Amino acid sequence: MFLHRHPRLIPYLLLLPGILFLVVFFLVPMYYLGFTSLQSGDLFAGYQFTWAWDNYRDAFTLYQSHFVRSLKYAGLATLIAFLISYPLAYWIAFRGGRWKNLLLLLVIAPFFVTYLIRTLAWKTILADQGIVVDALRTLHLVGEDGRLLATTTAVVAGITYNYLPFMALPLYVSLEQIDTRLIEAAEDLYASSVRAFLRVTLPLSLPGIFAGTLLTFIPAIGDFINAELLGTPRQLMIGNVIQSQFKEVADYPQAAALSFVLMAGILVLVLLYARAVGSERATRSAA
Amino acid sequence: MSVAAERLPAGRRVGTSARAWAAIRRHTLTVFALLALVYLLLPIAIVIAFSFNDPPGRFNFTWNEFTLDNWTRPFGFPGLRDSVVLSLEIAALSSILATALGTLIALALVRYDFRGRASTNLLIFLPMATPEIVMGSSLLTLFLNYSFPLGFTTILLAHVMFNISFVVVTVRARLAGYDRHLEEAAMDLFATPWSTFRRVTFPLIAPGVMAGGLLAFALSVDDFVITYLVSGSEQTFPLFVWGAARVAVPPQINVIGTAIFLVALLLMLANILWQWRRSGRS
Repeated sequence: MFLHRHPRLIPYLLLLPGILFLVVFFLVPMYYLGFTSLQSGDLFAGYQFTWAWDNYRDAFTLYQSHFVRSLKYAGLATLIAFLISYPLAYWIAFRGGRWKNLLLLLVIAPFFVTYLIRTLAWKTILADQGIVVDALRTLHLVGEDGRLLATTTAVVAGITYNYLPFMALPLYVSLEQIDTRLIEAAEDLYASSVRAFLRVTLPLSLPGIFAGTLLTFIPAIGDFINAELLGTPRQLMIGNVIQSQFKEVADYPQAAALSFVLMAGILVLVLLYARAVGSERATRSAA
Repeated sequence: MSVAAERLPAGRRVGTSARAWAAIRRHTLTVFALLALVYLLLPIAIVIAFSFNDPPGRFNFTWNEFTLDNWTRPFGFPGLRDSVVLSLEIAALSSILATALGTLIALALVRYDFRGRASTNLLIFLPMATPEIVMGSSLLTLFLNYSFPLGFTTILLAHVMFNISFVVVTVRARLAGYDRHLEEAAMDLFATPWSTFRRVTFPLIAPGVMAGGLLAFALSVDDFVITYLVSGSEQTFPLFVWGAARVAVPPQINVIGTAIFLVALLLMLANILWQWRRSGRS
């Protein structure tokens, strides 16, 4: 048989169909995204490639506020998701006992409800006559006509909720792997529990923090569903602009340029972040 | 002597305060974790509860009256049935295709040493690290530049694309502890390559393949952003919800949402039980 004589070809044959698919429908489209972003014209006459750098100038001037807002909302949501997830993941990893798997199932349960439906549920919860607004009004935390729906708070809360399991799962995995004897050793050596946490547990969970923040931040910055369903035009993010340029305005070159800038921006941020975390770990291990 | 006597109570005081601190910390942590779980589960409870609501108007946002009507007529809203059927068709086809392609990649990555492994890993990782809106945009520009008609085929291609990586990761994780000696033993006992695969390899990788397929199915049913961009005029269930949300939110949406939730939950529980039984036997 052919493969018996050339066994080194087997892995390539196994890879071929799937990799080919990813090249054609993931990498090649990235090229067309760049290609389209430099076209000009209009929907009826057709778009032609003309090295139209104007699309990028417009991306930075006209839509700067949307980029800044997306960055702010995604950063806030990532931070809040971290503050909620870390204690939760810690609790499941160290106090979950034999219920660990079941508790994890509860953490990812929101993923089993269609994304749009669980966001609509937040609309019910935050509604003007809803329980949350009622409670806040009773406590005078918001005014008599204060509301939550259609505010920045609602949008950030929605984004936080929707991507929280992406933060909690990697945190859990890294905390669960920690050898608890290391923490005991630190405490035996008279480290206070706070100090043991800061010097042992937290650094050892750094890979989980890194993965969790990226898995939350990246989808959050491109999100447009929460801003659309829970916010107003004043909360629109860059994702809202891209989708309306594609689906409503049909200005494909502008939409493509915005997508390209978003992707490049994320890439730069991720690389900077990876370097920061990497050097952090290096200085820690050197100290 | 006097020095020791002075030190002892101080030491004891630190001990009790540390114990009190530990107790407080343990309970605050538990309370915090339980509150976080309530936060995660509250919207699910709302979705389920409002599937039994008889909404006062077109929008199912305020509680009015308990009813079973929505459950007896789950498709009592124009266009809803078609969108659910389309979602299930796309999910079934795309998860089968992605599972086949992804499993082959995972097998190559786990079992063989070859040049180009690093770039293969990168290509698998990239789709999972790219925002959906960018993937959707770029696929749409590809289809637009070739004037490829948007619809069933483009949705299917998009779903297979974003599912492959997740299948590879899932299957590879399950294959990590895989013992190649079992295959060699079968070959030594004169099994043909095909019967080795059928009788030894496949049963070993089946749980991973199954898990990958289920994950792909779930991701496909839930996808909105990419589907929205490449769908043309076709409507999957999430697209139906999106379109409906602007003019009306019928309670039937909650019925379908609850049904999807329950099926996914049961499958996950079955998977956990299956793993327990397998690990119990071995």
